[in-house]
Amino acid sequence: MTDLIWLVPALPLAGAVALLLAGKPLRRIAGGLASLLVGASFVVSVLVLIDLLGVGAEERTVAVKIFDWISVGSFEAPVELRVDPLSMVMALTVTGVGFLIHVYSIDYMHGDPRYSRYFAYLNLFVAAMLTLVLANNLVLLYVGWEGVGLCSYLLIAFWFERRAAADAGKKAFIVTRIGDTAMLIGIFLAFSTTGSVRFDEVFGAAGGLASGTATAIALLLFAGAVGKSAQLPLHVWLPDAMEGPTPVSALIHAATMVTAGVYLVVRAHAIFEASEVALGVVAVVGIVTAVYAGLSAIGQDDLKRVLAYSTISQLGYMFLAAGVGAYAVAIFHLVAHAFFKALLFLSAGSVMHATDGVIDVTRLGGLRRRMPVTAASFAVGGLALAGIPLLVGFFSKDQILAAAYEAGRTGLWITGLVAAFITAIYITRAYLLTFEGEPRSELHPHESPALMSVPMAVLGVGAVLGGLLGASAQTGRVQRFLGPVVGEPEAHAAAGALSEVGLSVIASAVAVGGIALAWALYGSGRVDWQALRARFGGARRALSRGFYVDDAYGALLVTPGKAAASFSASVLDTRVVDGAVNGIGRAFVRLAGVGRRLQTGLVRTYALAFLLGAAALVLVLVVRT
Amino acid sequence: MRTPIAFFLVVSALLFTIGTVGVLVRRNALVIFMSIELQLNAVNLTLIAFSRQLGEVNGQVLAFFSMVVAAAEVVVGLAIIVAIFRRRVSANVDDINLLRW
Repeated sequence: MTDLIWLVPALPLAGAVALLLAGKPLRRIAGGLASLLVGASFVVSVLVLIDLLGVGAEERTVAVKIFDWISVGSFEAPVELRVDPLSMVMALTVTGVGFLIHVYSIDYMHGDPRYSRYFAYLNLFVAAMLTLVLANNLVLLYVGWEGVGLCSYLLIAFWFERRAAADAGKKAFIVTRIGDTAMLIGIFLAFSTTGSVRFDEVFGAAGGLASGTATAIALLLFAGAVGKSAQLPLHVWLPDAMEGPTPVSALIHAATMVTAGVYLVVRAHAIFEASEVALGVVAVVGIVTAVYAGLSAIGQDDLKRVLAYSTISQLGYMFLAAGVGAYAVAIFHLVAHAFFKALLFLSAGSVMHATDGVIDVTRLGGLRRRMPVTAASFAVGGLALAGIPLLVGFFSKDQILAAAYEAGRTGLWITGLVAAFITAIYITRAYLLTFEGEPRSELHPHESPALMSVPMAVLGVGAVLGGLLGASAQTGRVQRFLGPVVGEPEAHAAAGALSEVGLSVIASAVAVGGIALAWALYGSGRVDWQALRARFGGARRALSRGFYVDDAYGALLVTPGKAAASFSASVLDTRVVDGAVNGIGRAFVRLAGVGRRLQTGLVRTYALAFLLGAAALVLVLVVRT
Repeated sequence: MRTPIAFFLVVSALLFTIGTVGVLVRRNALVIFMSIELQLNAVNLTLIAFSRQLGEVNGQVLAFFSMVVAAAEVVVGLAIIVAIFRRRVSANVDDINLLRW
């Protein structure tokens, strides 16, 4: 079965090609076809996984070469897929969550004028994402990396008639481009120092690299990850990306694409470990982003933007885990996050579907009675996100915090707890304002159709039971499965004063505390939160605008950039460039004005010139002989 | 007794000079044209005279070529002159300066 791995990205790609070429005739079955292909891809992944589980832990890395792609001198970049535990976990997450979201989209996008194209893009995205996670060399990985970026742009700007959506698409593309460029330079540097782009050779040579070179490569690759995974300071595109259709936000901007950066760091951990500072940078960027985005999430009124900032914050958590060396835990949190965040987004989409697009939590309220399934899904997702015991988020987040503590990074641990507290507050606030209390506007919501509810229910089950797969950092199934790739989890038995159980209790208490505080403010009815909003208007505005980072970029980069562009267009181009071209033209006209006086138009003048010329030639001949 | 070659050359030179002067000073296109024919024939005469003097046939062959070219030239040239005359009722070459700047 392992040889059939090429089918995994090929099936969605075939779907994308078919739907792009024959979107009109296939319109009626576009959603079904696209879902079926991704589902088939998932089935193939499962079969490959079963194969992989059948062999010993050390033989679980297989390279399947499909064809030669670039082969110049010593440079080899074949299209080669890598089947190993890490890539399989990613592939299963992508195809599994992707399949559910495809199914959900069938009803959600029903009646959209560009229905076929939507599924074509979605399939293309899945194909690109699978290329990214299955690639066995940096160049093919980069192809997938750019492919998902393209699909992200296409899908954010899917409703391009809306100015905001078109702008958000461009913003996402341009901001991630900054990171991508750095990453490309990192790939060049890796090739020039190790002589190869294949994972085995590059990462195998990582230990022998000079510390400065390793740091440079690691940080350049990390810059790519920062762009793609929306970490500070390149996070500004993700909240705006919510302009896209909600299932897209769920799939691309929560569950899969944005986690590519985490995958990259884990995949390339050998390089990060070869450097003294790189891992520290990863951890610090992660934790700062986690706290920053969590605080921003509290200030959002748009339900989807709450989730967007929450995604940024959770990605920060994953980078924190990777930064303290707990790679398997980072990936486990990635998988867990894919489940519960997709669930939250699909629930938010269900709300939007029911309220005709109203998503402002200050205008919602009391939706639980009308939409019990959606409310329950959101609650489960929210509790998992907050880290309530026995849900999947509890295990993954707890392990991250434990890893930070056991690595002796108490500062990171405490900050992580603060972030967890904030997480509990904002998600509880979002839930209470949306689903509880009295309706705050005249809406007549209704529960969503089955094709939307069922994927939500499946994800909900995943969010509840997912913990069984990775209940412990040392013995969890996912973590042990990933062991051969990312290094065996080490047992830090007594690195700190607190035992593992103690850490779990503290983390749970923090989560419960956050929920209780949010309930007291927004759910108990004893506090008038609207009065509170008005009183702390300045602070609320700062939070809701993400501490004005976007505005700062606007003032410092975008406005001068636009000024420079308009200077180039209206002054440099018209005066200097056009002026040079026109000036040369005018100079020749003037020169020709002198020369044309020779052309008298009198035939006899020409005849005389002819005669004199002939005579001169004869004279020359005579003189020379 | 054989006519010395100098006689031919003198006649030829005279004809050529008359032709050249005609081309330069006359304004009527037809006359210029005839003057050009005069020049061509002067050259032909020279060619044949040398051919005879040297006992070679090359000069005569070249003269034939020159006549053929002249005939072709006359065809085209006369057609142009006739066309211009029909249009402007004049064959004065000094008037034909439309393509001047």
